[in-house]
Amino acid sequence: MNTILIGLMTMGGLGLFFASVLAFAYEKLKVKEDPRVEEILETLPGLNCGACGLAGCRELSEKIVAQGTLDHLRCPPGGAETEEKIAEILGISAGTLVKKRAVVKCGGGKSLAVERAEYRGIENCTAAELVAGGSKACTYGCLGLGDCVKVCPFDAIHMGEDGLPHVVEEKCTGCGLCVEACPRKIIELVPCQNRVAVACNSRDKGAVVRKACKVGCIACMICVKNAPEGYLVSDNLARVNYEKGDAAAEPALAKCPTKCIVKL
Amino acid sequence: MDLLILFISAAVVNNFVLIYFLGICPFLGVSNKLEKAFSMGLAATFVMVLAALVTWLINNLILIPFNLPFLQYVAFIIVIASLVQFVEMFIRKVSPALYRALGIFLPLITTNCAILGMALLSALREYNFIQSIVFGFAAGIGFTLALLIMSGIREELETAPVPEPFKGAPITLIIAGLLALAFMGFAGLITG
Repeated sequence: MNTILIGLMTMGGLGLFFASVLAFAYEKLKVKEDPRVEEILETLPGLNCGACGLAGCRELSEKIVAQGTLDHLRCPPGGAETEEKIAEILGISAGTLVKKRAVVKCGGGKSLAVERAEYRGIENCTAAELVAGGSKACTYGCLGLGDCVKVCPFDAIHMGEDGLPHVVEEKCTGCGLCVEACPRKIIELVPCQNRVAVACNSRDKGAVVRKACKVGCIACMICVKNAPEGYLVSDNLARVNYEKGDAAAEPALAKCPTKCIVKL
Repeated sequence: MDLLILFISAAVVNNFVLIYFLGICPFLGVSNKLEKAFSMGLAATFVMVLAALVTWLINNLILIPFNLPFLQYVAFIIVIASLVQFVEMFIRKVSPALYRALGIFLPLITTNCAILGMALLSALREYNFIQSIVFGFAAGIGFTLALLIMSGIREELETAPVPEPFKGAPITLIIAGLLALAFMGFAGLITG
């Protein structure tokens, strides 16, 4: 009987002691946190994808509150809708967000790009890139082993029959994880309203490109001649000047001799 | 010298995870990335040292004098849980950076069996104050070591051609088993 009583009292005492210590500490050590941090955190998608360049949604939320504005802070998966809500919480107007999606800048599929070797290593682009630059003759083209497909949290990239990844635009949130995953930096985030793109990433000279791929950019400048505003050519590679929009780029669409300018 | 032997014994020879099979949950759950595993190990070591300190005091100053060692389980759980809560609040106030590094992992180890096991073993073996702190530290280091080895292997494994049915948990368990076998090789190093 006595043991039970002492036991009860000891445990009760311990419990009471710790409870009071914790209650006291809770009051004393309370960290003042802006309630808007929680509010914004609930508004954010909560994917912790890191597309904002910060380590997770919480950090973004803290930064937004600390800064008081959305300047230079973006939540690509959340998009304009989320940003409007955040702006509402902050009591400011949202900046205009250009919605972007991933575009694969390589058209060198199975029958079009020259294979110089057979790759039998680990099924992973990064590994293939390390082993003498993969199987394709083009050292800038898509390796086709799907690092981008694996990294996509939205199931928005699929490997096509042609051995190239295809982006499902409705699912793509423009988070940019595939851009990071690609060892050759072939994928680019392009504003959704831009439909015309150069599907090539090769900075090799024209003669080299011709030998490696049927649809490579040879930097012949024909696009610039047909649409001076729409394209920029440097490093032996044409790029669409996205700021000028499709209207400026379209005149050259049919003129490209290697058909590497495509309409998505 | 005895303390050094105690340390090696608890950290390597009688590794908590791989020999005693304590703390398997974080061992499997938080071992997919090296960085996360390290943070978890750090948090566990930290809590283990603190828990060793406090449970020794509770055991020797309260439970034994009152002749209540049978309440060790309950008392230690209360102590460790409140301690972790307190430490979490304290770190949050004092160092937000450390809080962010350990923060997510601290609640996870509140009632981790490795920590309770450490406290109970330490009481069972009647360690003195210094010994039990060294024991707690060594247990934490051993836990970190196991987690780091495991996460290193699992990072490599991501690119390995694992047969379809073995992907994920099965291969992880197989590796855990092999690691445990490997650690048994240390068994003759120190007896006791």
